[in-house]
Amino acid sequence: MPVIEFQLNGAAMAVDADPDQSLLDVLRGRLGITGAHFGCGAGECGACHVMVDGRAMASCDMPMWSVADKDVVTTEGLGTVEQPHPLQRAFISEQAMQCGYCVSGILISAAALLKRNPSPTEAEVRAALDRNLCRCGSHNRMVRAVLRAASEMATS
Amino acid sequence: MSEPSPAPKLPVSLVANPRLSSWVRFSGEGRVTISPGKVEIGQGIVTALAQIAADELDVDITRIEMIRASTATSPNEGVTSGSLSIQQSGRALRHACAEVRQRILAAASERLGVDPSLLEVDDGTILGTGNVRTSYWELAGEVSLDHDATTGARAKSIAKRAVAGHSTQRVDIPDKVFARPRFIHDHARLGLLHGRMLRPEISGAKLISLDETAAHAVPGFIAIVRDGGFAGVVADSEAAAEVALKALRKGATWSAAEPLPDEDDLAGFLKSQPVETTVIDTRTAASTKKAARTVRRQYTRPYIAHASIAPSCAIAQWDGGRVHVWTHSQGVYLLRADLAIVLKLPAENIVVEHMEGAGCYGHNAADDVALDAVLLAKAGGGRPVRVQWSRHDEMSHAPFGAAMAIEIEADLDADNEIVGWRHAIWSNGHAARPGRATQPALLAASEIANPYPRMISTNPPAANGGGGDRNSVPLYDLPAWTITSHRLLTMPVRTSALRTLGAQGNVFAIESVLDEIAALRGEDPIEFRLRHLRDDRAKDVIRATARRAAWKPERRSGVGHGVAFARYKNTGAYCAAIAEIEGADDIRVRRLTLAVDVGEAINPDGVINQIEGGAIQATSWVLKERVRFDRTRITSTSWTEYPILTFSDVPAVDVEIIQRPEIEPVGAGEAAHGPVTAAIANAVYDCLGVRVRDLPITRDRIIAAMELAS
Repeated sequence: MPVIEFQLNGAAMAVDADPDQSLLDVLRGRLGITGAHFGCGAGECGACHVMVDGRAMASCDMPMWSVADKDVVTTEGLGTVEQPHPLQRAFISEQAMQCGYCVSGILISAAALLKRNPSPTEAEVRAALDRNLCRCGSHNRMVRAVLRAASEMATS
Repeated sequence: MSEPSPAPKLPVSLVANPRLSSWVRFSGEGRVTISPGKVEIGQGIVTALAQIAADELDVDITRIEMIRASTATSPNEGVTSGSLSIQQSGRALRHACAEVRQRILAAASERLGVDPSLLEVDDGTILGTGNVRTSYWELAGEVSLDHDATTGARAKSIAKRAVAGHSTQRVDIPDKVFARPRFIHDHARLGLLHGRMLRPEISGAKLISLDETAAHAVPGFIAIVRDGGFAGVVADSEAAAEVALKALRKGATWSAAEPLPDEDDLAGFLKSQPVETTVIDTRTAASTKKAARTVRRQYTRPYIAHASIAPSCAIAQWDGGRVHVWTHSQGVYLLRADLAIVLKLPAENIVVEHMEGAGCYGHNAADDVALDAVLLAKAGGGRPVRVQWSRHDEMSHAPFGAAMAIEIEADLDADNEIVGWRHAIWSNGHAARPGRATQPALLAASEIANPYPRMISTNPPAANGGGGDRNSVPLYDLPAWTITSHRLLTMPVRTSALRTLGAQGNVFAIESVLDEIAALRGEDPIEFRLRHLRDDRAKDVIRATARRAAWKPERRSGVGHGVAFARYKNTGAYCAAIAEIEGADDIRVRRLTLAVDVGEAINPDGVINQIEGGAIQATSWVLKERVRFDRTRITSTSWTEYPILTFSDVPAVDVEIIQRPEIEPVGAGEAAHGPVTAAIANAVYDCLGVRVRDLPITRDRIIAAMELAS
């Protein structure tokens, strides 16, 4: 199997992998990175979203060959307890979840949005999260959290 | 405010599990261990229970470690369902902690020579007059908690509660935003193997033969487990298990399908099946006002999928004749009981331990996959085996919420006042949870070589809120009624508990008919409801909602408003909802305004979160959701075929809590669904002038209703 090189959460990574295997499989099964969750396996729910070169993308149907030389960020790479991403702080402040299974994918979609649009409107936040499903009905809290993070980032 | 008198009897969960040490323990380093029998399913229960314990013990909530339920150590509290966790676990913990505090203070009094009434507790430190002090942890060795709870303990007065009743950040949320493993799906165990299940794509088909050759050749393949019609594969990685499953599927032959009903004539199907009929309630009129006319209406609700964002998952590991199971089941003891039947093992040989999964909203495949894992783990050679269902199987083999047909006949006098009321329900049972019958309810149990019959769903008794009949008895003071439930004795589509059981359908029907009668009378629908209610808490939530939504806003073209109310199970939370919708070709719900009364709201923000979530989920059910099938298979097996509400579709939701700290708390998780469903339907009428009586309310249904009306 070929060695595929990419950046993962800021660190250089070289993985000996079947080029057709999904990035999600490699993250979870090989690298023990469990922030991205399996939801449907068809890119329809957003639970497995990771940032690839700054864009939120489903990792469940993303073959490893397409990841070569790319910059991949998972929820683990957004921030830590000591140095949280403003979105992570805001999701805690707004208590923006119920079960939380969809949250890591939503954090990634939101982080990608704030990278390209640091001061989105509410409608833009909703549109950016439309590829992420939440079954518990925590949508409005999450939208508030993203807007809170955006305003925090603007003033810092 | 007066001190509460000693509880005359113990809370039900304490009666069943009286040993204090099974609930509360003091561990080293200033920690308190609280061990409830209820489980976290995203509803925030673990935090609310920690609040109650922190309050009664006077310790900071950060000292409390909440233990996940396990049959090895936890009190048996049955199942986490029915919005009963605060009622059952909360009351038990409040009482147990009060008694623990009392016992420790008695010991502190002896040690310090200070009367117990003069002792105070500050974050676990016990202070007496003259600056003498000790702590829970200093005394923990002296005070045994291996005593059964008594009725003598007094919980704190409401005025002295500093934590319960105040919004508190949930204890599980930081892990979830920092992606620290908390879900069973993310649980790492040494030597973990992975299993996948082979199940038919055709409804009710049985596995006839299986060519295993290709699967054996897959790198990483460990074993195929086959037992009659049960078949699955174990491999050393998820990827390998998936590849092996694909190979296995190619080698499988299946029997013909068991026919499914016509999805476009659910009422016709439900009303043509053999049924068990129960009269749920009757009320005979004191006066005999004459009926001038009768309004007859039929309502239907489709099968609804639980559709958790995570497919169901479990881990099992055998050690000789004993097995350990990690599961997101809502009832660890109930699951263990069914596993014991299937495995023919004493229950003591099985440990079932809870780990969080995604929100389940009722009985999904969590229990089924646990048996799958236990059976596949037999081939694991003592290594743990993790089984995860596919999205397809989650949307087709897991139980669904039951479809319902509901007929209401309202007899009206000459002034269109209600003088008689008949409500009849046709539906499969709404519960087939494990652990409650002599035969197992788990899917694999009906597939193995000596199969158990597939359990036909039943309804919980009226004392537990009923099932298909839940919320079918009006809370309104109508002069006469007969409520009848027809439970199907056939079950071509598998059903079991989905959030609210029959309440969503029944409240939709009742609140729609009432709205229609109010309109017939030219009476404001809120005034009409208030006039028929005798319960002040009911009236208060309706008035609060009306005030908050500035009822009734001025009429604008293309916008409609609707109201509805229910008290969940007629014994739980009161909830009123007003929906504001925009209607043209499609319905868009713009705003939902709700007021709720749960008695004492332990974590007010948690209550709001549950009501918001319930309101949004109900909106999704009403506008989008319907399990689809043809005559041989469930076809809504992906998110494309089973769409749910997305971020851009979600309405603004505004919730008011009526706090009643003097009234015992009840759960909030299922209060909003019925009222929101009916409020949206009533708003559709306000906006478009047509009544849609079949859910979901889609463009096609609106067009059909318009054609019928013209």
